[in-house]
Amino acid sequence: MTRRVVITGAGSINALARSAPATMRAMAEGNCGIGALAFRDVERLSIQIGAQIKDYQPEAHFNRQQIALYDRFTQFTLLAAQEAIDQSGLIFDGALSLRSGVVLGTAGGGVQTWDENYRSVYEEGKNRVHPFVVPKLMNNASASHVSMRHGLRGPSFTVATACASSNHAIGQAFHMVRSGMTDAMITGGSESMLCFGGVKAWEGLRVMSHEACRPFCATRSGMVQGEGAAVFVIEDYAHARARGAEILAEIAGFAMSSDASDIVMPSQQGGERAIAGALADAGLAADEIGYINAHGTGTTANDKTECAAVASVFGAHADRLMISSTKSMHGHLIGGTGAVELLAAIMAVRDGIIAPTIGYREPDPECALDIVPNVAREAKVSAALSNAFAFGGLNAVIALKSV
Amino acid sequence: MTIDVDTKIREIIADLAMLDVGDVSLDNRLDELGVDSMALVEVIFAIEETFDIEVPFNANEPAANEFDISTVRAIAQGVQTLVAQKG
Repeated sequence: MTRRVVITGAGSINALARSAPATMRAMAEGNCGIGALAFRDVERLSIQIGAQIKDYQPEAHFNRQQIALYDRFTQFTLLAAQEAIDQSGLIFDGALSLRSGVVLGTAGGGVQTWDENYRSVYEEGKNRVHPFVVPKLMNNASASHVSMRHGLRGPSFTVATACASSNHAIGQAFHMVRSGMTDAMITGGSESMLCFGGVKAWEGLRVMSHEACRPFCATRSGMVQGEGAAVFVIEDYAHARARGAEILAEIAGFAMSSDASDIVMPSQQGGERAIAGALADAGLAADEIGYINAHGTGTTANDKTECAAVASVFGAHADRLMISSTKSMHGHLIGGTGAVELLAAIMAVRDGIIAPTIGYREPDPECALDIVPNVAREAKVSAALSNAFAFGGLNAVIALKSV
Repeated sequence: MTIDVDTKIREIIADLAMLDVGDVSLDNRLDELGVDSMALVEVIFAIEETFDIEVPFNANEPAANEFDISTVRAIAQGVQTLVAQKG
């Protein structure tokens, strides 16, 4: 059985905004969520910028017992999931409850919980930690809490493939609905590693920027980390139509590949195989793709390799399609990034608005594609791709179509 | 402080390139020694740890870096300067 799969709900919280529609508006306006980081010991970091969710108050959303159990990445996930499920109008009871599940991506899980408790036992010399440290930091905590809150009793798990985690998660959920295993799934991803230990680890790689994320720009200076979540309700097309649900977009195809070459350096060929695979899976011709949400980290290694992969797969059409990196605005959400970036792909196919690559100053001859510099554009786009290429050489590309 | 910076730098690079120190000369470029971009990040880290200095280096803009990594000698001279600045 092969069914059509559509998105009927979207939710998000990130440095740009506190909802999916507001995130899309911020992307359309070319807003920048990157600024000075604020957390304990930040003065000991050499990288002090990031796309942090400012003025976030857990107490505004959760009670004291919940906060004791929910790491920040879980809190973000629950907020985004509530928004998505509310929008979808689905109520998970009866058979739907038994068959629907949650597949989410995260790279680090409860990094802030690890960080706080390591500090407590190593630096402060305490010999006792809070009893819920383990259930708070585990990578699947967010998926489990979403399942509990919304009565989702079907297949649920967490996917960790570094920067491709969300795309891999969405791909798994997509396969489950397409195959007929289930009628609806909750999927997406979350990350929150903007804390001393989280950023300190990234500093070591020497790929972080001190000033801005400028993907595809000759004066790029590296990546900037972000935090947040995006969660979607995906559903069998016939199921959605039968109940009169609003359809945001169709997930037309998905493909994965593994570079099998290097733990940090991306491979052009691996990226090409995932992009071409997503087109084939979706039954789309290359020239039907009007927009690609790039992985676009703003590192030299990614940007050149990704542009070469796109040029190779699309041939002459590579010069006609638009490709932008919204990481310039919301930062790199690591395991959550593909989920937030799917919002840009939805905005392209549903609203005909192409999110820009902001912070762009000077062309890089090795990234000579239409990267939609600095200002959003209106264009009719019937199909789009969203790329994610992870450390470890694990690639995952989603194809969306307008409905 | 009378550290022989040249020798120490050659030792660090030899260690990470899996070569004998005798095979690393001050005139070598890093690529000749098989030091790729990942190994370079490790070289910089080892230098910082050894000399207790901060080396200004970003892997995304090697050309824009004020720290010259063109040859083993250039690296050693850059380290001498940073050690001297530290006082």
